Amino acid sequence: MAQVINRQRGPITGSATKARKKQPFLLDLYSTSVGKKYVMALTGLMGLGFVLVHMVGNLKMYLGREDYNHYAEFLRELLVPILPRTVLLWILRGGLIAAVLGHLHAAATLTKMNREARSVKYQSARDYQAATFASRTMRWTGTIVLLFIVWHILDLTAGTVNGGNFVRGDAYNNVAHSLNRPLVAAAYILANLALGVHLFHGVWSLFQSMGWSHPRFNKWRRHIAGGLASVIVLGNISFPILVLCKVVEVHA
Amino acid sequence: MSHIKNITLKIWRQDGPSAQGRFETYKVDSVTDEASFLELLDVVNENLLNDGKEPITFDSDCREGICGTCGLMINGQSHGPEKSTATCQLHMRKFTSGDVITVEPFRASAFPILKDLMVDRSAFDRIVESGGFITAPTGGAPDANLIPIPKPVADAAMDSAECIGCGACVAACPNGAAHLFTAAKISHLNLLPQGQAERYKRTEAMVETMNEHFGSCTNHGECEQACPKSISIDVIAIMHKDYRKSKLKNRKELARNK
Repeated sequence: MAQVINRQRGPITGSATKARKKQPFLLDLYSTSVGKKYVMALTGLMGLGFVLVHMVGNLKMYLGREDYNHYAEFLRELLVPILPRTVLLWILRGGLIAAVLGHLHAAATLTKMNREARSVKYQSARDYQAATFASRTMRWTGTIVLLFIVWHILDLTAGTVNGGNFVRGDAYNNVAHSLNRPLVAAAYILANLALGVHLFHGVWSLFQSMGWSHPRFNKWRRHIAGGLASVIVLGNISFPILVLCKVVEVHA
Repeated sequence: MSHIKNITLKIWRQDGPSAQGRFETYKVDSVTDEASFLELLDVVNENLLNDGKEPITFDSDCREGICGTCGLMINGQSHGPEKSTATCQLHMRKFTSGDVITVEPFRASAFPILKDLMVDRSAFDRIVESGGFITAPTGGAPDANLIPIPKPVADAAMDSAECIGCGACVAACPNGAAHLFTAAKISHLNLLPQGQAERYKRTEAMVETMNEHFGSCTNHGECEQACPKSISIDVIAIMHKDYRKSKLKNRKELARNK
């Protein structure tokens, strides 16, 4: 059937069963699964950038209290004096919160769409050939990471679950005291392993979702995903382990 | 010629589109290992007919792996355990005596079951229809090589054009997505010079028609493994990129035509 360029909504076809309503360009793009996957990929990329920088920043812990707290203060003073203190930090936080909300909305709507696309499930066991543990558990690893982020902010930003040792502005003190609790350290390690599994599929997946494919470099995409996931997880779980082993001293 | 003996088949039987289905068990004492899987079902049906029972309904046509009509979920895999093979080309030598084989129809909301193992895949036709025509001159046959196409481009387009539209990708996808099918059809034309005139209109229309019927791609890669033509998920990346370009270019075109 022929295509018609339509003033209202671009190419439509004689076989379209649902009339696509006219809506702003970005919403129109977001209305398809391909558009939602762009949002998944780009917000995921923002999250990836954050966790990577977050991990590298936290490595200052090994340089001691002074360097660590100096770095924390540097984050509050980003772009000072162009902007007042903490303004850019809040802008960045706003961007990350928006990314998390976008990632969640896209994930929820895509999951609903996928459930509807197979309303009657297979009645016999499936034998998956390519799907990995990581790709099959994105929903669950993502949920673990989300719950961890909420707890992590309450612990080290708000200080409400820090165990009574919270000192606003003394980031080193707060991290060291928090991770010195074995149960907290265990939860921290588990959440980071979930993050690693999530990233292992997510980073590879974002190249596909964005259409960043190149016959020469495609084999690198899995390695990039595995490498980034490993670096981030190893860096992050080194903190609780070394605090518990007293390599990082709580009262240094 | 040897025989595969004592096969137990658990086959999905469903009397009609809205009927409640169930698995029924059939025994085949012996079948030659040269038989295709569909010929095994033919044997079962012969026996059913001899017993005065209703034979199992399933799709098949060319039985040489090029028409895309057959398609069964065999032991949890689209087209069964053999790679790059349609159900009709899956031979009994791939099984061993005493096997229990479970056979289910392809399942997706867009592929309603008509009867037993037969599903309605006309949602694929909606996607292809929405792609529309390419501008090709009609009349006398054009000279060979009138439009130069580099060999690697022709090869890549041919890889996509291999798609027989069987629906194994949708059946294998945990999300019931038709991205591999749609992307194969889109990239087949988008790679070639003849496909350029309608490239962006076609891409937008086909992706949005696909979106009406099927799920979303989460990059498991099951479709590629299930595909009897081994079409690579690289074509999905081509579609994902071209969809974005389409939306932008078509928007610009609409603004120009105001």
